[in-house]
Amino acid sequence: MCGIVGIYLKNKKYNKQLGKLLTGMMNNMASRGPDSAGFAVYNKSSKFKYTVCLQTNFDLKDLKKILKSKLTNTKYKLIADHVVIETSTKPEKTIPILKSIQGIDLVGYGKSIEIFKQVGNPKDVVKKFSLDKFSGSHAIGHTRMATESAITTDGSHPYSTGEDECLVHNGSLSNHNNLRRSLIKNGAEFKSLNDTEVAAGYISNSLKNKISLKETLMNGLKDLDGFYTFITGTQKGFAVLRDEIACKPAVIAETKDYVAIASEFQAMAHLPDVNKADIYEPKPGIVYSWGS
Amino acid sequence: MNFDLSKKTLSEVNSYLQHIDLKSNQRDFVIKNPLGNHALCAGLQDEIKVTIKGHVGYYCAGMNKNAEVTIEGNVGTGVAENMMSGLVHVKGNASQSAGATGHGGTLIIDGDASSRCGISMKGINIIVKGSVGHMSAFMAQSGNLVILGDADEYLGDSIYEAKIYCLGKVKSLGADCIEKEMNDKEIKHLSALLEAQNIKADPKKFKRYGSARNLYNFKIDNVSNY
Repeated sequence: MCGIVGIYLKNKKYNKQLGKLLTGMMNNMASRGPDSAGFAVYNKSSKFKYTVCLQTNFDLKDLKKILKSKLTNTKYKLIADHVVIETSTKPEKTIPILKSIQGIDLVGYGKSIEIFKQVGNPKDVVKKFSLDKFSGSHAIGHTRMATESAITTDGSHPYSTGEDECLVHNGSLSNHNNLRRSLIKNGAEFKSLNDTEVAAGYISNSLKNKISLKETLMNGLKDLDGFYTFITGTQKGFAVLRDEIACKPAVIAETKDYVAIASEFQAMAHLPDVNKADIYEPKPGIVYSWGS
Repeated sequence: MNFDLSKKTLSEVNSYLQHIDLKSNQRDFVIKNPLGNHALCAGLQDEIKVTIKGHVGYYCAGMNKNAEVTIEGNVGTGVAENMMSGLVHVKGNASQSAGATGHGGTLIIDGDASSRCGISMKGINIIVKGSVGHMSAFMAQSGNLVILGDADEYLGDSIYEAKIYCLGKVKSLGADCIEKEMNDKEIKHLSALLEAQNIKADPKKFKRYGSARNLYNFKIDNVSNY
């Protein structure tokens, strides 16, 4: 099953409420995915150029000690078992350092993305990370009912396999093993046996080759075999794609202030002025995008 | 009588409407704040009128018998699925599988219906004032699907003896579905369907689609059963 949600703000007056709005959306989708949850919030406000999100069992003190000599000019934020590092050092330098340290799991990085995920009921997960306190321009969330891989944090969405990129997925892919092998040959790295991580890797690989997000997703219709409604986030916005059979639900609500997407309308019932929104289903095999 | 779903539970409201005290004169109901709830007004059995003010979730008015349910908003998957009789009127858009497996009654959708509208319909009349998505009337057995807008791919795939009338463009027909003659008898039949719902459209401008009868064993002796 799984629940997917996303909100893109057109009007900045809601930026401070972004986390609160997404919290409601995720709570209402808890019944579609009680195993784990995760979300990505895009917010460019820090004076540092980059953010890196980690999951770690280290105490913040110990982590700072380990990284002290390796990363300079950084700020650390501890949010539940995740640490957000704000830094001006380029990811090309930061990421290999972080990957080389045992006990640190890289969740995502970029210029504005902050990404969190954990096993457990979505209502508890969003509370642990205090999602309602987040502000930003757009955000994506996922509630997972596990099918393709184990119930672990690595098996949770969103998957981020490139700078400021993330993907959430409702559905299942049947050719992910073959695709994973060919992407690994091209230099991609995967942390789990999950099908969605492969789709995220596929998108990152294509974007790396300077193919636009829209074209990438259209190519995905041929290359990704299975059922899906995808929401893929970028620094500027997000895009939505449903496979051509379109068994997996999606509904979009658009007002002059925001665009929201969710697996079910129930997720959006609390959004401001939603009863005046233009509400429609994204058609199969067509890329819908905002900001990106 | 009014219900507010932000104050009462879904089961309380459904249970009340499913067990109407027929000795009372109360037959009109309004439901406020549906908040996308699923299975709202499912399993109604009596001649009552229910107006839902807002958007609802899946399977709204499913299995309906006798009741007249109006939704002033959009509906999720499977509105009026397996309806037996009565009337369900959606004033907004409908998600997929609207009127699925419906045995009787009428489903009217003022906006668009998405994919698989009327899948496996068994006698229901479905009138969509907008367009329908792909695979509509898939394996439709009997009843009428009237589309005033367009139809997406594979309309009427593997259809049995249901009738499809479409005013707009049909992207493609599914397996064993063909265009059929729109003769006087059919024009009269469609005209009655439209008039019953006060819909002003010229029945002569519709095209009719139905089964080529190559995919299943059609026996002329059984024609009166459809």
